[in-house]
Amino acid sequence: MKRVNAVVVGAGAAGGIVAKELAVAGLSVVLLERGKWYTAADCRKDDLRNQRTTVLGNAFGPEDEGTPRVWVDAQGATHTVLASEGGYNNNAACVGGGTLSYGAQAWRYMPQDFRMRSTYGAPAGSSLEDWPISYDDLEPFYEQAEYEIGVSGDDSGTPFRGPRRRPLPMPPLPPGREFSVLEPAAKRLGLHPFHIPMARNSVPYNGRGPCMRCRWCVGFACEVDAKNGSQNTVIPVALNTGNCELRTGCMAKEILTDERGRARGVAYFDERGRLREQWSDIVVVSGCATESARLLLNSTSGLFPYGLGNRYDQVGRHLQGHHYTGALGYFDFETYDDIGPGATIAISDYNHGTPDLCGGGMLANEFIRLPIHMVDRLPPGTPRWGLAHKQAMRHWHKRTIVIMGPTQQIPTADARVTVDPAVRDKWGLPVCRFSGNVHPHTFEIGEVQARRAEAWLKEAGAIHTSLMAGKPTIVSAGQHQAGTCRMGNDPRTSVVNKTCQVHDVDNLFVIDSSVHVTNGGFNPVLTIMAVAYYASAALVREWKGTGFRS
Amino acid sequence: MLSGSKSALVTRRQFVAAGVAGGAAVAIGCNATDRGNWEFLTVDQSRTLAAICDQIVPADDFPAASQAGVPDYIDRQLIRHYRRYQDEYRRGLEQAEALSRSRFGRELASLPARQQLEIVAALEQQKPEFFALVRNHTMEGYYGSPRHGGNRDAVSWKMLGLPEPPLLGRAQYDLGKGESQ
Ligand SMILES: Cc1cc2nc3c(=O)[nH]c(=O)nc-3n(C[C@H](O)[C@H](O)[C@H](O)COP(=O)(O)OP(=O)(O)OC[C@H]3O[C@@H](n4cnc5c(N)ncnc54)[C@H](O)[C@@H]3O)c2cc1C
Ligand code: SF4
Repeated sequence: MKRVNAVVVGAGAAGGIVAKELAVAGLSVVLLERGKWYTAADCRKDDLRNQRTTVLGNAFGPEDEGTPRVWVDAQGATHTVLASEGGYNNNAACVGGGTLSYGAQAWRYMPQDFRMRSTYGAPAGSSLEDWPISYDDLEPFYEQAEYEIGVSGDDSGTPFRGPRRRPLPMPPLPPGREFSVLEPAAKRLGLHPFHIPMARNSVPYNGRGPCMRCRWCVGFACEVDAKNGSQNTVIPVALNTGNCELRTGCMAKEILTDERGRARGVAYFDERGRLREQWSDIVVVSGCATESARLLLNSTSGLFPYGLGNRYDQVGRHLQGHHYTGALGYFDFETYDDIGPGATIAISDYNHGTPDLCGGGMLANEFIRLPIHMVDRLPPGTPRWGLAHKQAMRHWHKRTIVIMGPTQQIPTADARVTVDPAVRDKWGLPVCRFSGNVHPHTFEIGEVQARRAEAWLKEAGAIHTSLMAGKPTIVSAGQHQAGTCRMGNDPRTSVVNKTCQVHDVDNLFVIDSSVHVTNGGFNPVLTIMAVAYYASAALVREWKGTGFRS
Repeated sequence: MLSGSKSALVTRRQFVAAGVAGGAAVAIGCNATDRGNWEFLTVDQSRTLAAICDQIVPADDFPAASQAGVPDYIDRQLIRHYRRYQDEYRRGLEQAEALSRSRFGRELASLPARQQLEIVAALEQQKPEFFALVRNHTMEGYYGSPRHGGNRDAVSWKMLGLPEPPLLGRAQYDLGKGESQ
């Protein structure tokens, strides 16, 4: 196979952007993606099998057969799980990665989110740390993501955000009924509600039409292609340059290194299961936090007996996601209008600044309400089955509002991905194994956030409320997984430097959610995208034309 | 394929209905291995399952679970995504029948609704894991997508006031004015 300049592993949020930036700069790129490229014909709306509700499997990968993972509970017992089960911590496996089916909330983190340790001090036992880059470093790249991917919304209503040079490129969608119930209530409480920024066309943009506001958004692909992911923005641009080849159904097995310890390409299984080698000048790993860590850990050799980037046992640590908490409100009038995409209104008043709490998180109304979700969300005391349950479904389905939000987790070094010593996947590769948990202070913050959500619902007229604030006993990283290849200046406590270059292998990069030092109190994807633009720009700057030298 | 499986459903439904109405007369020559049109269940098991499902989502102004195709949903998934629960179902359905026979001396499906409810409540107490499984699968079949054999004609969605087919394309209309559904 012809040697290329760059192999990018993973055609998701970050990988798509890196492939595009490198291809546009003239590098030859092979983009490897283990999943498929879905088209509009695959966009069926199935309440039981999508990427958010997976009772009958993941709609957009991975499939359940031959792709197990293992998690270790607080007592040390191990559990093997299927890809569609909760403990798997899945995001997605397809062209677009999570961005094909995501909810598309497109948040900038706040300036404090990049210096959590300086702002709060690290709670004992935590690994709370500052990023080596700041909000200001990322600001131009947030803007680039907002304009190239396409974001609608209006965050001018909140003072709790970093400065932006340009407004969002598209206006918000017209408000739904929940917005009109919640907005005045928030204002009465002295809060600052606003329209959530969303990677979704509210008006024609980028050659595609606007959202038609269907019932099935988060977890589903969009049949009118109004939801903006890497699969309908940057990846087509990359392919149009003629410099990028996308290979689907291709599972990277390991990163190959030469005798001097530099990366020389990627070994992968192609769609027919044949083992292939693609040689390259540089390798970029963009497989999302869990799988990127696995790939590095599975890339062992004489020089790197513990895997790549893992000289100081850092790969896979600080695994985090978000601790979702909130409240359910029940109303004596209809609040649900069955108009997508769902989440419309948010506040970021509570992300920072509460005495004795290390942070907080954004609160927003819930994305989606399928009947199958409502089955277990009826008022406390409702029988779980029988006539009363059925009648309660009828009564409450359109009379509830959920407010919740991604509480920023306080990471620990013990919450981690390793590779399982025994369990292998269908390619024969050791699988991800999860252990440990985030710092318990996280749950205290989550509890406070849930009460705030409840107060908002009560102010809006809820006649009953119930809190949604669990206390998971194992790290729940899930769709917002991050942190496993920490960005930092010190090679002993981080895996990549501030431009996402692996400390001890100068032509190897990790560019995806793995590098997040902390994960903000917001959905992570726009930050993943901004970091991808930022790191790609640095890479292109350093590119010497014949090979990569740092 | 579609019309074929539909007519099969009607047969099954009639069979279940006959079971409820006809009591002992139902033992029409089927044996413990007869599958009729079912993919995994035997005809006997399907009757037991339908009776349990119909207590979990009983009929009122809107159809009961079995009328909405819930047993079809479960049967289909038992050789697909829920293959791993085949043994639980085999055992659980047998235990439900054992309860029914020991308490009322009759097959569950042939009991009047009040006694069926009593048996299903006892099942929840005595076999909580199996019951939880059937309860969840029944909810999936009743409230999930019609494409999997349950929620026939989107009956539960209509019950909740969700239009079917859904009104897509509403972004073109001014939602502030005019009719709201
Ligand atoms: C239903 C859903 C809703 C979401 N909603 C939101 C939201 O509203 N806002 C938000 O900010 N975020 C949301 N997310 C999360 C968001 O999608 C992720 O944060 C984001 O996609 C992560 O980007 P990434 O580039 O790190 O990885 P991904 O986008 O996951 O891409 C990684 C890709 O790499 C591939 N890959 C991995 N390993 C290999 C290998 N060894 N060989 C070949 N290919 C490989 C995977 O198949 C995958 O396609 C949502 C996710 C889901 C699933
Ligand atoms: S709500 Fe809009 S963006 Fe989301 S899937 Fe439906 S039409 Fe597409």
